[in-house]
Amino acid sequence: MSAAEFQKLAALFPDEIVTHSYVQDIQLPGGAGTFALITLDNGLDHSKPTTLGPNTLVELGGVLEDLKDRASRGEIVGVGVTGKPYFLVAGADLSAVKTLKEREHGLWMAQLGHAVYATLADLGVPSFAFINGLALGGGLEIALQSTYRTVSTGAGALALPEAFIGLVPGWGGVYILPRLVGPENAVKVMIENPLSNNRTLTGPQAFELGVADAIFEPADFVEQSLAWAASVITGDVTPDRNNAVDPADQGVAARWAAAISAGRAFVEAKTSNASPAPAKVLDVMEANRTMTQADSAALECETLAGLMQTDEFRSTVYAFLDLVQKRSKHPAGAPDRKLARPVTKIGVVGAGLMASQLALLFARQLKVPVVMTDIDQARVDKGVAYVHAEVDKMLAKKRIKPDAANRTKALVTGSVSKAVFADADFVIEAVFEELHIKKQVFAEVEEIVSPECILATNTSSLSVTAMAEDLKHPERLVGFHFFNPVAVMPLLEIVRAPKTDDAVLATAFELAKGLKKTAVLVKDAAAFVVNRILLRLMGEVIAAFDEGTPAEVADTALRPMGLPMSPFTLSAMVGLPVAQHVQESLHAAFGERFPVSQNLQKLIDNGVKSLWVPGPDGTPVIPAETLAIMSFGNTPSTGEEVLRRTQDALAEEIGLMLEEGVVAGPEDIDLCVIMGAGWPMFLGGITPYLDRVGASERVNGKRFLAPGVASAPA
Amino acid sequence: MSPTRSAQRIVRDVVFVDGVRTPFGKAGEKGIYAGTRADDLVVKCIRELMRRNPSLPADRVDEVAIAATTQTGDQGLTIGRTAALLAGLPRTVPGFAIDRMCAGAMTAVTTTASGIGFGAYDVVIAGGVEHMGNHPMGAGADPNPRFMSERLVDPAALNMGNTAENLHDRFPAITKDRTDTYAAASQAKLAAAYANEQIQHDLVPVATMKPGQGWTLHTTDEPPRPGTTVEDLAELRTPFRAHGRVTAGNAAGLNDGATAAVLASAEAAEELGLPVKMRLVSYAFAGVEPEVMGIGPVPATEKALKNAGLGIEDIGLFEINEAFAVQVLSFLDHFGIADDDPRVNRYGGAIAVGHPLASSGVRLMNQLARQFQEDPSVRYGITTMCIGLGMGATVIWENPHHADYASSTSDQATTAATAVTEGAAA
Repeated sequence: MSAAEFQKLAALFPDEIVTHSYVQDIQLPGGAGTFALITLDNGLDHSKPTTLGPNTLVELGGVLEDLKDRASRGEIVGVGVTGKPYFLVAGADLSAVKTLKEREHGLWMAQLGHAVYATLADLGVPSFAFINGLALGGGLEIALQSTYRTVSTGAGALALPEAFIGLVPGWGGVYILPRLVGPENAVKVMIENPLSNNRTLTGPQAFELGVADAIFEPADFVEQSLAWAASVITGDVTPDRNNAVDPADQGVAARWAAAISAGRAFVEAKTSNASPAPAKVLDVMEANRTMTQADSAALECETLAGLMQTDEFRSTVYAFLDLVQKRSKHPAGAPDRKLARPVTKIGVVGAGLMASQLALLFARQLKVPVVMTDIDQARVDKGVAYVHAEVDKMLAKKRIKPDAANRTKALVTGSVSKAVFADADFVIEAVFEELHIKKQVFAEVEEIVSPECILATNTSSLSVTAMAEDLKHPERLVGFHFFNPVAVMPLLEIVRAPKTDDAVLATAFELAKGLKKTAVLVKDAAAFVVNRILLRLMGEVIAAFDEGTPAEVADTALRPMGLPMSPFTLSAMVGLPVAQHVQESLHAAFGERFPVSQNLQKLIDNGVKSLWVPGPDGTPVIPAETLAIMSFGNTPSTGEEVLRRTQDALAEEIGLMLEEGVVAGPEDIDLCVIMGAGWPMFLGGITPYLDRVGASERVNGKRFLAPGVASAPA
Repeated sequence: MSPTRSAQRIVRDVVFVDGVRTPFGKAGEKGIYAGTRADDLVVKCIRELMRRNPSLPADRVDEVAIAATTQTGDQGLTIGRTAALLAGLPRTVPGFAIDRMCAGAMTAVTTTASGIGFGAYDVVIAGGVEHMGNHPMGAGADPNPRFMSERLVDPAALNMGNTAENLHDRFPAITKDRTDTYAAASQAKLAAAYANEQIQHDLVPVATMKPGQGWTLHTTDEPPRPGTTVEDLAELRTPFRAHGRVTAGNAAGLNDGATAAVLASAEAAEELGLPVKMRLVSYAFAGVEPEVMGIGPVPATEKALKNAGLGIEDIGLFEINEAFAVQVLSFLDHFGIADDDPRVNRYGGAIAVGHPLASSGVRLMNQLARQFQEDPSVRYGITTMCIGLGMGATVIWENPHHADYASSTSDQATTAATAVTEGAAA
């Protein structure tokens, strides 16, 4: 099918930023002949990646058809494809694909890609992709569909992330990759990497796997790629493809099946199969082992067309592009950054584990002096020693260089006297979660620091407003709520108390940026956003358990959501006493929506750290003595009932939070649970999921997000 | 043990191992290197040298000297060092920037060669670059007003075209017709050299990308106009003087390009198995009146010959930079050499191929080295060029393919010692 036949699809996207296909004839070295080199370029700078929309593909298809004609006339000996600096091409234009309302349009989009790429593979002369930079999804598939590939050592972000996005690598990737690099590597690239924080390959890694035939340095990548292409065309070089396999081979068939099965186990462990895409990738790969490429292409197109219509796909595009890539960089409600004050020294009150983690983070990321205080020298020494030991670990793992290690260690010091805060610009407390203790700490600090020095609290459950009450300068207090482990979790809830002023808030946001955290502005309300949602969720499941629902039913009821861990596992990880403490605060603030479990209290009183423990065969069990401590009701629920009640509870709680103005909108709730709790993007965070399952309508009588934002357009 | 005293120091032989250059481009928005950085052009040359000489370990390069006339922007920031880093040479390899206008690369060669002779270096990379599209000649310069107020230099001498017209005034025997004839021959000789594949071997392919066009590859020089006739040239206007003699056709153009060469001590070349394309015999720089800067090669050559103990009749090949045809002819007239002497610029010259100021010196050397290889009957050759503000530069080279080469290197110490004495007396 000719690319021109897809003009009707292209016409649906009059505003597409087209990535053009520019062709230059090149005389190859050594008299190898005339080579047509296509450059994919949207004419914009490196902040605007090239993408593949329908208009782009139609143009590329036309260019390739012309080159095929030229090849048949003997005018060219090869065709190359490369990109503008830093990009081969970023992949399909997801924002465009997300708006495709009709299944048929999605099918056209899938078929268009295949029509264009099939020409690339059938030019009558060899085709070469010079992977000069980023190549994702359909971008990498252009390379896979070429006869030969070179890659730059400087190329970053090479991946087939479709399983993560909610699609399949259905422009030939799922067919070609396992044949090129072996089924195990293909599963790694198409399943394991996308589902591991959307990991990507570097140029050298791609070369190592066999994705590319040759690798060259960026300084003269295009020149060397052309020289290599010439030597392939003249027959002087034949690439070794050591990882390539013949699927018809019996041994390969066995490897293929084993890789698929390992992939399925991985998907189940990571996502509980809550999103359809990863399993579809494996289904297509499993089926196409015995297929022709054309038959696989037809299957890929049908699969893509189906997945493009799923809300999991649309929610992921919303979560990934609209929230993580855009909204996280422009926090809603943050004051003008020009108001921010410089922070050249930081004080941390406390030298315990949380305080030490904060000190390390500040010193590493902000590169300013950080001083910790505590009530005695032994605690101070322990805190500083922790930081130094963590730095040494990073040094040993070669994650930092010796000079950087020395610098970071020298930045972190400790003292038993708060007098060291005198010239600090920002002092954060990480002492025990008791209001009067925190108030006392701030009263002492205020005696020492300048009137402009910002005071911050890392409280997770106390009122920032109450903490500010007796301060001489209440406008300087801000909540700065990190998530554990501090170095890893990307979210920072910045809490504005009624008197917090804009300069203080602006400084807090600039600090968050310096710390490479995603900051969300929240109102001072009990437990802020993430903990309130998590505890509402855990509260429902524990309540069902207390009522008599068997533990394995209660704790697996939410599996269809694909959350990173089960509620009981989560509460054990947080620590039962901590979970109970926060639950009590929430109960005090909001009443019966946050019931305090007597069973949980009994576990805490008896020193039980987790409901589940590994049984004799390794599978988790609840020991009889643990069960004996607790008492249960006689109104058990089914898993479906627990799931539905949890959905409704979440819809209610989030509805109330929005009513209270805890955050600017449902998008911030979603951003918080993605960055602070690791909730999956195929849920869109959470509100798209609650809209999808009807909980928002059931409880609040309305959706959180308009149709089309993270779901099918109306 | 006390350090070696100067009286006992042995001067070492310096050899030209290899040299490459980018294809030269026309300066300006339509030129092939519009939008390409000057430092990137140098990097391509350095990397090609390392690829072509795999037996040279990168950490054995002791210095990278790169010349540029305008040392700002993409030619700034100590371009020898930045180019070394950008080319991927080890960080232990130092580099510096050097400037002697048109003789920049030539001075990079002589300066580092002196360091080799002295024992400071074993192996160096020397070259030059000028992106005249990015850096029009003299851009950003602030000439001292005393040049004018004290009549130290005729202001007209700051414009090279004017100095070429001045040279015509000084040597009335050099007519416009002679210069046009010489220029047409230069184009023809270059075209022939291209046809014989005598140029391509030392060119580094350069890929560039332009908005709306995509990547392309440059493997040949952009400036040449093969087929140019004397009649064509007679038509051209004389921009520096009404009814003058100097035209765009009998002068080098405004160009972009880069060159680089590997030099080594004879011992290091042998140790590392590096080829020897030429041996450095002597060099000299000389100053002349800035108003007639084109005559500079004459005193520079006389001095270099004297340093070497040679006469002009010993020189079998001349690679003279063609900033202007009149300047070449003034040199040939001085030494009594015919305008079309086959020893002179066998592959044509800058009038045809272009002259990206500070890069040109190594181009002359590349071409002389190739002619040495083609013609073992020639023992000595020179590379020479005129320099803005009234200077000349000449380097005399010996052909290692000549039958008497081996015997000459065996008594090198004596030759060198003599040369030092004579040089001091010159």
